[in-house]
Formats: sequence, structure tokens, C-alpha cells
Amino acid sequence: MLFFSYFKDLVGREVTVELKNDLAIQGTLHSVDQYLNIKLENTRVVDQEKYPHMLSVRNCFIRGSVVRYVQLPPDGVDVDLLHDATRREARGG
Amino acid sequence: MLGGPGLESVVDQFISVITNDGRNIVGVLKGFDQATNIILDESHERVYSTKEGVQQLVLGLYIIRGDNIGVIGELDEELDASLNLSELRAHPLKPVIH
Repeated sequence: MLFFSYFKDLVGREVTVELKNDLAIQGTLHSVDQYLNIKLENTRVVDQEKYPHMLSVRNCFIRGSVVRYVQLPPDGVDVDLLHDATRREARGG
Repeated sequence: MLGGPGLESVVDQFISVITNDGRNIVGVLKGFDQATNIILDESHERVYSTKEGVQQLVLGLYIIRGDNIGVIGELDEELDASLNLSELRAHPLKPVIH
């Protein structure tokens, strides 16, 4: 639940999602769900020449199970807040 | 907290699906469920190659199991129509490795 809440707070920010097939998609975080499925808007693939497969896609749904990394803006992370939340989850879980 | 993928907004629209084995399948989303299993109508697979243009293989009405789905992209039909698929050369997508 921690990361679900964390991503909900990041809605509207620019992120880059790197998938387990090495594809990387940049876009605005539109929404996230309990499975950490991600919906992005205004998407563009990072290496468009190498991956023209999504040229006509502007909004997409990415299944959580296929995400390797979610790259965030550096000012998008309040490390202390995350640290506290993690400690709380560890205690409760 | 929503139970499943928020795909209602793309039902009856053309979508582009990237599957875990690296395939790209395009079709009209007819339905989906909590596990992201989808029903795709008028579907065709776009096969990318470095040697020749994009091949389109007609598939028809398909159910794709959610386990095997990576990305569901909303196709912008105008943008898609402007693509010259016969000129496009690319390596096929890699399969997903967990």
C-alpha cells in the first residue's frame, strides 16, 4: 500500500517508466492502481528510432508486472517522508 | 480503490497491445476484466523487421490473457493513418524477462 499511496501523490508529474523488455516510456503520470499498474498521458518512447512500435500512441496503460523501473524527477522524492512511512509499515506489517 | 485496470475510457477504441513475448497487436477493445484479460476485435499483428516494412497479419476476434500483456496504448487514429508502415524498419521488440 505504501507505494500505491506514494505514486498517488506523484500524479501529474513527468516520469519515465522502464519496462522489463527494455522499452522506456516517458509521460505524465495520470493514475496508478493497487497493482501499481500505471497510466501515462502524452507518452513518447525514449529511443523512438529504435522503438517505433508506439509512434501513434499518446496515452497508455502499463501493467505493473512488466515495470522494471519508474524514473522520477529528483525533487519528486521526499526521502525523509518515505523513510518514516517505510518504518511505520515495517512496524505494522 | 479501484478493483481493476481503468480501461473503460478506451473501450470501443483502437488500441495497440504489447505482449510479453514482444508482439504488437492492434485492435478494438471490446472488454476487459480485473486480471487485464482483454477482448480485441478486428485485430491484427504488426510484425516489425529490419529487412522489410511492417507486416500486418489479420487475426480477427481475440482474447488476450492478462498475464501476457505489457502495455495497452490508446491509438491516435489520425497519427496512425499518417504512418508509412511499409517504410518502417525496426528490430522486433524484446520479450519481457522477469
